[in-house]
Amino acid sequence: MKEGLARTRFGFITRLFAGGETSSKVTEAWLGELEEALLRADLSVTLVDSVMLQVRDIVAFQKIDTVPRVLDAVRDALVAVLANGDRELRGAGQKPRVILVVGVNGSGKTTTAAKLAKRLLQSGETPLLAAADTFRAAAIEQLETWAGRIGVPIVSGRPDGDPAAVVFDAVNAAIARGNSVVVADTAGRLHTKGHLMDELGKIVRVTGRAREGAPDEVLLVLDGTQGQNAIVQARQFTKDAQVTGIVVTKLDGTAKGGAVFAIADELKLPVKLLGVGERADDLIPMDPRAFVDALLPKGA
Amino acid sequence: MFEQLSDRLTDTFAKLQGRPRVTDADLDEALRDVRVALLEADVNFKVVKTLIATVRERAIGENVIANISGAQQTVKIVHDALAEMLGGETATLARATSGPTVIALVGLQGSGKTTTAAKLAASLRKEGRRPLLVAADVHRPAAIDQLRALAKQLALPMESASETTLIADVTNAIAGAAANGRDTVIVDTAGRLHIDDAMMDEVASLVSAVKPTELLLVVDAMAGQDAVEAAAAFKARLPITGLVVTKVDSDARGGASLSIRAATGIPVKLMGTSERLDGLEPFHPDRIARRILGMGDILTLVERAQEHVDQKEAEESARKFLESRFTFDDFYKQLQQIKKMGPLGDLMKMIPGMGAIAKQLPDGPTAERELKRVEAIISSMTTQERVDPTLMNGSRRKRIAGGSGTTVSEVNHLLKQFKEMQTQMKQLRPMLQGGRLPRMRM
Ligand SMILES: Nc1nc2c(ncn2[C@@H]2O[C@H](COP(=O)(O)OP(=O)(O)OP(=O)(O)O)[C@@H](O)[C@H]2O)c(=O)[nH]1
Ligand SMILES: [Mg+2]
Repeated sequence: MKEGLARTRFGFITRLFAGGETSSKVTEAWLGELEEALLRADLSVTLVDSVMLQVRDIVAFQKIDTVPRVLDAVRDALVAVLANGDRELRGAGQKPRVILVVGVNGSGKTTTAAKLAKRLLQSGETPLLAAADTFRAAAIEQLETWAGRIGVPIVSGRPDGDPAAVVFDAVNAAIARGNSVVVADTAGRLHTKGHLMDELGKIVRVTGRAREGAPDEVLLVLDGTQGQNAIVQARQFTKDAQVTGIVVTKLDGTAKGGAVFAIADELKLPVKLLGVGERADDLIPMDPRAFVDALLPKGA
Repeated sequence: MFEQLSDRLTDTFAKLQGRPRVTDADLDEALRDVRVALLEADVNFKVVKTLIATVRERAIGENVIANISGAQQTVKIVHDALAEMLGGETATLARATSGPTVIALVGLQGSGKTTTAAKLAASLRKEGRRPLLVAADVHRPAAIDQLRALAKQLALPMESASETTLIADVTNAIAGAAANGRDTVIVDTAGRLHIDDAMMDEVASLVSAVKPTELLLVVDAMAGQDAVEAAAAFKARLPITGLVVTKVDSDARGGASLSIRAATGIPVKLMGTSERLDGLEPFHPDRIARRILGMGDILTLVERAQEHVDQKEAEESARKFLESRFTFDDFYKQLQQIKKMGPLGDLMKMIPGMGAIAKQLPDGPTAERELKRVEAIISSMTTQERVDPTLMNGSRRKRIAGGSGTTVSEVNHLLKQFKEMQTQMKQLRPMLQGGRLPRMRM
């Protein structure tokens, strides 16, 4: 985790420590920089406003007024937001366990499905991938290439075929072959397209016909470079596809993925996994403390 | 995109204009509101800072405080500053003076480069150009297959590069283009992070070997604060000539992508407006500014209508309308045509002054669903029922509800609305036949 997120550490944030020393007092200018750092990380304005109010409060009334102590307080508050909920993947023990991967176009779903299959394989499970993006050109080939790389079997749809049927078939194939978990990739869709969101709702329903109670986990893949629209996406996907957890990708860049704080806060959805690169191993469990430390790093 | 920002600003301006005279406190409050609206729209915080400072400076310079028309003036100052941020003139794509025009696409992972390459080829062909697609994303699994499939859909030629001979493959494809009667070469490259030195070196070598006529940076409309930093880093390494903003059909406010011009000077040249291969449009900063500022964009509306609405059918409908022969069949046809023009709410907002009404409409997916319900109900009617809704008795209504997966009360509601529409038509007829259509006030 540390290593993955470490790459995001340098930059503007270090200015917050320009004074450097443990005893340096909080100034108005420093508060401005703190606010900017939070906004720059894509935290929602509402959340930043509330953090800043609290900070001013503790500085004024609790006499906590040195830079390191205030930063610690802010970190704790942010960690508390993310610590909400159970970050374990659901459905352990189900036969098979079914995980759907959903999200807007280009957020990293296919790569995440492959990485997740590899993680599950390494933890002793016997995953089966389902290529249910039958819409985008060569999406099936993309996941098939990954399946070959990581050595996991795959059930593929036909181009323009019915995605719900692919997931249904994959679950039945897993039952027949004894695979312990199905990880299904779905087509990217904008949350504003009613008919595509309806299609996703149907995939979820049909999955339940293949195995009572499935899918166990619907993972919404959010691009960590996205701004406030991520919150709108999370709302709509949760409504139409009963999202149970979030994956934030592309955190190996300079973006901080701060939009997830508002999502965790408003929708009480746990952020379960983080994408930190393009290789199969670049998927790590969420550690709220490390995530926040990447946003407001310790020391300089 | 765009309109959500507009709603916020409209509220702020309304509040300001309610004041008899602008005080210092009013100005501060308005600027605070504008700042929040911009930040919530993902406008880069540095750009916001500069913009707010500019507005404040001009407001003080123009003595808006305590001035009778101070509120008006302030609104105009904000308008102007925003329009400046977006850039003035529409930027077009350059063409090579000799040899094939080469357009290369670069950007972060998942921003939409491959789809944009295919869309660009389709749109240039429409203008009479003869494009060749070149797949140079040698990293993402099946990226080349993706472009190949898109080229096949468009019946356009495609060449691909392989990892070890990337630069040679691309330069050879370009060198061979003219001989094969191709005047434009569009190169799709792999997505990469601006801080990945090895990958940035790769694209820098490719670009210096190929010397593209246009080097376009592709940016997601839903991007956040970091987009400006990424764009600046791309610009520092590469001679970027323009920006393509994709996924504009989302409800993102698009502030990050629009900040890039202000922060780096790279002009936005194109925008992607749907997943379909015809979903690429020129970017007109002035029109976009009008939309953001809630002033409508009638030009784009007219263009879309010209492109998507069948003129003959429209005239036929209008005649039937006048003769009160307008049936559910005609209604259905019209719905299809309007749907082709884009989401209802978006269309409304392009009409000056309609932004506020559009806000009352259910939001995107809901409006679309309602439209679908209406379609389903009409589809479940028999031919006779469509022409003569008076046939509709209880059992027919029940059958239609069953067939369309709706309820009888939903069917009843639609029938009632249709009847009201026919009544209105009858009332309008004398007026319309009396001569010209009443002119719409704009
Ligand atoms: N740097 C980085 N790139 C990533 C990460 N996750 C995915 N990507 C890249 O992002 C691009 C898009 O990823 P995909 O997995 O194809 O995204 P998708 O959501 O399946 O895309 P569509 O199916 O087209 O909607 C690819 O180039 C991936 O390699 C990540 O954590 N870090
Ligand atoms: Mg995919």
